[in-house]
Amino acid sequence: MGNPGLDVLDIPTVAQIAHEAGVPLLVDSTLTSPWLIKPLEHGADLVYHSATKFLSGHGTVIGGVVVDGGSFDWEGAKDAATGVGKFAELSAPYDGFHNMIFTEESTVGAFLLRARREGLRDFGACMSPHTAWLILQGIETLPLRMARHMGNTEKVVQFLASQPFVARVGHPLLESHPSHALARKLLPRGAGSVFSFDIKGNREQGKKFIETLKLFSHLANVGDCRSLVIHPASTTHFRMSDEALANAGISQGTIRLSIGLEDPDDLIEDLKRALKAAEKAA
Amino acid sequence: MNLTVNGATTYCYTGGKTYDPAKPTVVMIHGVLNDHSVWILQSRYLANHGWNVLAVDLPGHCRSGGEAPQTVEQAADFIAALLDAAGVARTALVGHSWGSLIALEAAARLKDRISHLVLVGTAYPMKVSQALLDASLNEPEKALKMINVFSRSTLAAPPSALGPGTWIYGASLALGRRVLTSNKTVNVFHRGFQACDRYANGEQAIAQISCPVLFLLGSQDQMTLPKAAQGLIVKARESGKQVQVLTLPVGHHQMTETPDETLFAIRDFLGR
Repeated sequence: MGNPGLDVLDIPTVAQIAHEAGVPLLVDSTLTSPWLIKPLEHGADLVYHSATKFLSGHGTVIGGVVVDGGSFDWEGAKDAATGVGKFAELSAPYDGFHNMIFTEESTVGAFLLRARREGLRDFGACMSPHTAWLILQGIETLPLRMARHMGNTEKVVQFLASQPFVARVGHPLLESHPSHALARKLLPRGAGSVFSFDIKGNREQGKKFIETLKLFSHLANVGDCRSLVIHPASTTHFRMSDEALANAGISQGTIRLSIGLEDPDDLIEDLKRALKAAEKAA
Repeated sequence: MNLTVNGATTYCYTGGKTYDPAKPTVVMIHGVLNDHSVWILQSRYLANHGWNVLAVDLPGHCRSGGEAPQTVEQAADFIAALLDAAGVARTALVGHSWGSLIALEAAARLKDRISHLVLVGTAYPMKVSQALLDASLNEPEKALKMINVFSRSTLAAPPSALGPGTWIYGASLALGRRVLTSNKTVNVFHRGFQACDRYANGEQAIAQISCPVLFLLGSQDQMTLPKAAQGLIVKARESGKQVQVLTLPVGHHQMTETPDETLFAIRDFLGR
């Protein structure tokens, strides 16, 4: 799913197109976590997550996960015109590693093998034990947290959609979202808790909205147990003109939320106050 | 390395080394729905420590063409033809599961051409239940998941091949699917199981070998229970063979669940 538009990727269709072209499908599944969808079961070959988000769940670590599903035939993928292999990095001798041919070493783990061995050896990209422990501990409660994230998100989306000062709510729960039907099919447990909405106001009103919130933390992270908010027009994208913002699909009043695990009534109360304050700031 | 055996392309993993007639040779034979890559740690180590390694993909499996063997005897004939094609006069044989029966039968036929015999996760008779045979034919995905659980001793495996971070259940499922789809004409899953189930020459074969034999078993093996190898072990001892039995605290897939211990056992035995 795209951030923050929540455009749902039609994984089965895109996987088919990728495989017909002899390339693997790599899916960034950070915003879903495996609880909402398991991309490998829908045809993806590789998956990665920012473990900083839902997997660890508390915004306390920096880390990531790469998963090789073992389904892609790196050796068999050849250029139709020349017959030359497309992935020589894995299917030809690599002199940086004793002429190892990774696809021969492991029929289903070639990508993982090179990614891990070379990454560790050349770049020292080794996670600290404490970081790994925090991520593992987070994963232990992932299903409980995800269910709560989805429940809270549904209530917040319904609240926002009912507010006259809100121009648009971009969540696939709503029929107005372009991915509504696809989300129902691929994401029956929910379509994520990171989404955007537009208030009917200018940059200053957007800023006022953020400043009035008390429960939502003003942070660029997502997938945290605490609810987070950001106003792109006055923060991450403040240097862009109104026209450039519009071209990026962001209005002056676009707000991005990452819904956390708090009491949903408290979240709605916080949003209600901030919407009033922003409306008055016109 | 690709060889032509019985007119078909045959792939052997060599650890990236070219054949050196001055070195001893070891042939490694995989089991049902596996390929050479199940020996990843052991084969690469041996190839870098004084051995010519031929970790073969059996005919009709993954990189090797040809007709997938219907019986253990056919597969043993293939091993003999492989040695001829590779120009190997004498070799050690290491086989896992179905591959252990193939190694045993080949050792009986090739006698002095075999220097050592290692039977990993073996049993005799290697009977396969009718339910599993049927599932391998009609519901291979279901059967694959069944044997994947039966073959491993624990849900929380210690760091194992390919190394820390590898989920051996997932990797094994992926390999099984890959091997199954590599043969478009024959269900090699069912054919391999049938060959195990029908093999009836084990006791005669063990009496005919002329080399030392290592039984490398798994105490928690649910595919080939350690007690199911005892008859073969007794027969080997009765017929005066040099027999070593080693039982690792592991399931059926010793090479991936306890790669180091399996390597050390094979290395030490081959060094005798």
